[in-house]
Amino acid sequence: MSTVTMLTQLGKGMISTGEIFFLTLLFSLPLGLVISFGRMSRNKLLSGIAKFYISIMRGTPLMLQLLVVYFAPYYLFGLNLRGYRFPAIILAFSINYAAYFAEIYRGGIASMPVGQYEAAQVLGYSKPQTFFKIILPQVMKRILPSVTNETITLVKDTSLAFVLAQAEMFTMAKQIAAKDTSMTPLMVAGLFYYIFNFVVAFAMERIEKAMDYYR
Amino acid sequence: METEILLEINHIGKAFDGLSVLKDISLSVKKGEAVSVIGPSGSGKSTLLRCATLLERMDAGELIYLGEKAAWEEDGKCVYAGKNKLKEIRKNFGLVFQNFNLFPHYSVLKNITDAPICTAGVPKKEAREKALALLDQLGLADKADAYPYQLSGGQQQRVSIARALALSPKILFFDEPTSALDPELTGEVLRVIRALAAEHMTMIIVTHEMQFARELSDRIIFMEQGVIQAQGTPEEIFETENERVREFIGKYRIS
Repeated sequence: MSTVTMLTQLGKGMISTGEIFFLTLLFSLPLGLVISFGRMSRNKLLSGIAKFYISIMRGTPLMLQLLVVYFAPYYLFGLNLRGYRFPAIILAFSINYAAYFAEIYRGGIASMPVGQYEAAQVLGYSKPQTFFKIILPQVMKRILPSVTNETITLVKDTSLAFVLAQAEMFTMAKQIAAKDTSMTPLMVAGLFYYIFNFVVAFAMERIEKAMDYYR
Repeated sequence: METEILLEINHIGKAFDGLSVLKDISLSVKKGEAVSVIGPSGSGKSTLLRCATLLERMDAGELIYLGEKAAWEEDGKCVYAGKNKLKEIRKNFGLVFQNFNLFPHYSVLKNITDAPICTAGVPKKEAREKALALLDQLGLADKADAYPYQLSGGQQQRVSIARALALSPKILFFDEPTSALDPELTGEVLRVIRALAAEHMTMIIVTHEMQFARELSDRIIFMEQGVIQAQGTPEEIFETENERVREFIGKYRIS
């Protein structure tokens, strides 16, 4: 296979990788916040469920979760869903990453001094106003380094979608490498992942800088 | 003309894990009065202030702001008014914290204008003008665009006073407003509070600054072990025959 063909194929895989990455962030970041609310809830049942959910998501391999999410509709309910592969991947990644993000949010929220809540209360802010105007922006700044870490891990984890034969970059690289009996596609894929993460790290650094206007 | 009573505290009690920190405290504050609360650490003065500002729920007693009950007793239990009622009642008072509790992600100006705009529905322009006037009055006119971390403790505390005043409270509470400041910065904050007293702002001040309490207060309350041990005009308190009060104040005299 010519180098150009290989690069085109890997490039297509890269687009799929990018889609998994962005959609996962899009869904898991808000979902994580909701789960962290559940985890911190005074309602024992709710916090128990959230705690159990997080422990399952963190305690089992993401690869296994991908398989379960994809095959469950068929094995459990006999449903033969067309075009379910990609949604299944996004669903599995999102619920897994949401669990990690939930714990990051929880840590950030718990680290906020109680005085911020008290000042807001005395000044007449409602509970939602207090959270979204006063607390969350400060939490975001505090948790940004941890979120950057997770985000970089996610770029690499997208490669796990190969177990469902999704045509993302790693799957492509593996196929081409097997066909051409060459290591080059794998090396190129590695380089692509590295560049992707370099960009992610750069973007996160910019965001961190943008939040540097206060301490 | 009878002076209006702004705050009535009747027989309030509060315990933490069975440890009683406020025992049957009653107190009423008239319009224009400056009341200082003094006493040793752990005497319950901060808890009293936190109960009065609805930051802490009390176990017994009544809390009445301008005739409106915020809390009262029913079947031997202390019950609070509904959420909306409490929101209305909160508009009557402001609180200045010991450690300022400014919002670090907001500029000085936004710290002062955000609550009036977002919680009291004051038009933006009006809120801004009032905030700038307050900053000017407190000697911080050039700090409007600064962020709290760029200010000294004394400046931060003055901003937090401006933030409280921006909502035009009828009563202003101070919880040891200078305890987090070094002596040099204490002066600038005390000057501001003195100026407010001169304008007859109704204030309740928990403080360790004896001299300040003496010259500024209409009434001083001495608390110890959860009860009001003595109260009276500054003259009465500073010239008291009460052994314990004399001993307490004496410790400050020397220093």
